[in-house]
Amino acid sequence: MTVQETRLCGHLLREHFGEVVEKIGTQLLRSGAQNLRTIVSESGTPLDLVKKSLCVLMNHGACTFSSARKGPGSPVEYRASCERILRILRYPRFIYTAKTLYGDTGELIVEELLQRGHMAMSSIVKTVADRLTHNMEEGRSMEYSEVISTFSKLVETHFLQRCPPVSLSAPPPPAAPVGPGPSAAPVSTSPPTAESFPDCYSVPQVSMVGRGKHRRSGEDAGEDLGPSKVVKTGEQTHGDEGIYWQVNFERFHLHFRDQTIIGAVASKLDQTSSEIVRTMLRMSEVTTPPSASCTQALSANEIFRSLPANYSISRPILDQYLTLLVDDPMEFVGKSGDSGGGMFSVNLHRALKYLARATLESVVQERFGSRSARIFRLLLRKHHLEQKQVEDFAMIPAKEAKEMLYTLLSENLVLLQEIPKTPDHAPSRTFYLYTVNQLGTARMLLQTCYKTVANLIARRLFETKESKRLLEKSQRIEAIMASLQASGAEPEQLTEVEEMITATEKQQLESLRHHINKLDSAENQVDETIFLLNAYINSTARATR
Amino acid sequence: MGGRGRGVAAFSFNVEALGITRGSMPEARVGPNPLYPNTECKPVPLRDDEGEVYMLALKQEMRGTMQRLPHNIKPLAARVDVERYKERYNKQRQLDNDKWTPDWNLLPKELRPYVKRPVKPAEKKDGVEEEKSDDEKPKTKKTAEGEEEDVEEEYEEEEVEEENDYIDSYFSNGEEFGGASDDNMDTEATY
Repeated sequence: MTVQETRLCGHLLREHFGEVVEKIGTQLLRSGAQNLRTIVSESGTPLDLVKKSLCVLMNHGACTFSSARKGPGSPVEYRASCERILRILRYPRFIYTAKTLYGDTGELIVEELLQRGHMAMSSIVKTVADRLTHNMEEGRSMEYSEVISTFSKLVETHFLQRCPPVSLSAPPPPAAPVGPGPSAAPVSTSPPTAESFPDCYSVPQVSMVGRGKHRRSGEDAGEDLGPSKVVKTGEQTHGDEGIYWQVNFERFHLHFRDQTIIGAVASKLDQTSSEIVRTMLRMSEVTTPPSASCTQALSANEIFRSLPANYSISRPILDQYLTLLVDDPMEFVGKSGDSGGGMFSVNLHRALKYLARATLESVVQERFGSRSARIFRLLLRKHHLEQKQVEDFAMIPAKEAKEMLYTLLSENLVLLQEIPKTPDHAPSRTFYLYTVNQLGTARMLLQTCYKTVANLIARRLFETKESKRLLEKSQRIEAIMASLQASGAEPEQLTEVEEMITATEKQQLESLRHHINKLDSAENQVDETIFLLNAYINSTARATR
Repeated sequence: MGGRGRGVAAFSFNVEALGITRGSMPEARVGPNPLYPNTECKPVPLRDDEGEVYMLALKQEMRGTMQRLPHNIKPLAARVDVERYKERYNKQRQLDNDKWTPDWNLLPKELRPYVKRPVKPAEKKDGVEEEKSDDEKPKTKKTAEGEEEDVEEEYEEEEVEEENDYIDSYFSNGEEFGGASDDNMDTEATY
């Protein structure tokens, strides 16, 4: 992990878990695996705070531990995962996706899980039902069974999964059966992956009857409904103790990837072709392994049958669209055979590559202007070009082209390759070829993105700090107002309190809010670029392996 | 280097061959790059469709919630010599915060807080804690759902207790009774 990543991780940890966890987390990130004693002595933090921080980090999956790496009896070592901490940045998107797919219940389930790290199913269901009931009007409430069904749907579609069972000196909880995990091997360096045990996506039988309660309306709302069990808060067992659930980020990422591809097709071609690609992706969701570079081939007949019924596309039109998609220079869809009316597959790796390339091009365009972007695109297409050729092909006057090329070179967006004709590397007898390395540039841009987000957070903290007094004042006044209103005060009194904030202060608050919203929104949107570049880099790494 | 004359770059070849003439040399550099360089192109505006606005709200809400959850660990407050009025409230809040007990089955043993044997009233500083542990002892015996369960429960209770104890002793200013009495009343109410 790089300096930028560590810095961003530090910011994220501090914002979500406080400065103690930040300290421990960044130290673990910087120094790799460490045991408890070393962490305590190097961070200079009291032992019990270190213990608590490690618990928090592990609870959220940001840290793993492995015992006896250096032979039996050696101390347990802790290792923080940078990638996992950076996921915090994407939390809003996960939650929003759950909302669009599974409504408010899905949203709350994912939100609770992300906030708490991992939870048992029964406690999620209870919390979510209570929260949903709280938002309903008096007299209505949310049935547990409804929440359970949404939960099961999320598990069925693999958006949620069980936490992998822990394999260490402590015996695993008897409820979760241990699969043939790496627990047997004494030198297990990699932590067990969630999918390595069979029960990963099976929902346990949970005996929960009842409904969510209004927070104010006492405890007895559930009791008269529960036929068999007397609801006693916190004391009940539901038969799923020791089974914890977590959000399956990989599955969400696959969904994001598919959505991005569909969106790209929609904006390049049209809505209908994007629907066809959507159908293809949905059909191959189950059959294609997540790391595959292209989907399983589907025949045109199959695609035709699976098209949504309300989307009236006749068979000849489908064939035309498929031909169009195959002929498109993006080559998102490939044709692999002629049987069954033609076999088609979505080339995922190529799609990601194309999208990453478009991102790079637009970055160059927005930072250096369209003519620099033309040079950049030219180099991407022609791979290696001499300076003279660049000037000619780009049709830009030599002097300007040179300046743009050198600017791109100094920003490391363009590379220079020397090919000497003679072994003495004399410049007059050397070819100087300019080229663009897409993967390298994408990696660099990814780091820039991390830096950007860290800067955005730093700026937001600064803005908040600058007007701390003002914010506190407005909070206090709001609290006073609320208590006055609750006690039924005179309207004159209310206006009097309201006027304690002057007009200028109001204006300042307003502009502060505006700035902070903008910074926060920018964080969310930079993360989309981060996701795309990450997906491209990972997919390339898999393809070349 | 010597004898080649001044002002001319010390290259062993004709610089013009690279297409660099005198006029096209970059200007000399003075100092590091500016911290906030001028951007020639203005950034494109952010998207603000419905989804983005919703995600913005989610983000801000998430940040707020996470700071209130017990997972957000506060550093130890510096010991103060003068008791301030607001501390009483802060302390109450901290007590609420510390009500999170992880499932120790999932974590290494060494992370469990150090366990004191519970029944030693003489060592405790304050009466409240004594009463609490006395109250809880018969309860654990009564449940008797098997050894493991018992040990487990003890751990959890002691964890909570120890943390409370720790905080109380930290701000040992004789005000514990008021602050912790809620807790105490709860335990009594179950009997």
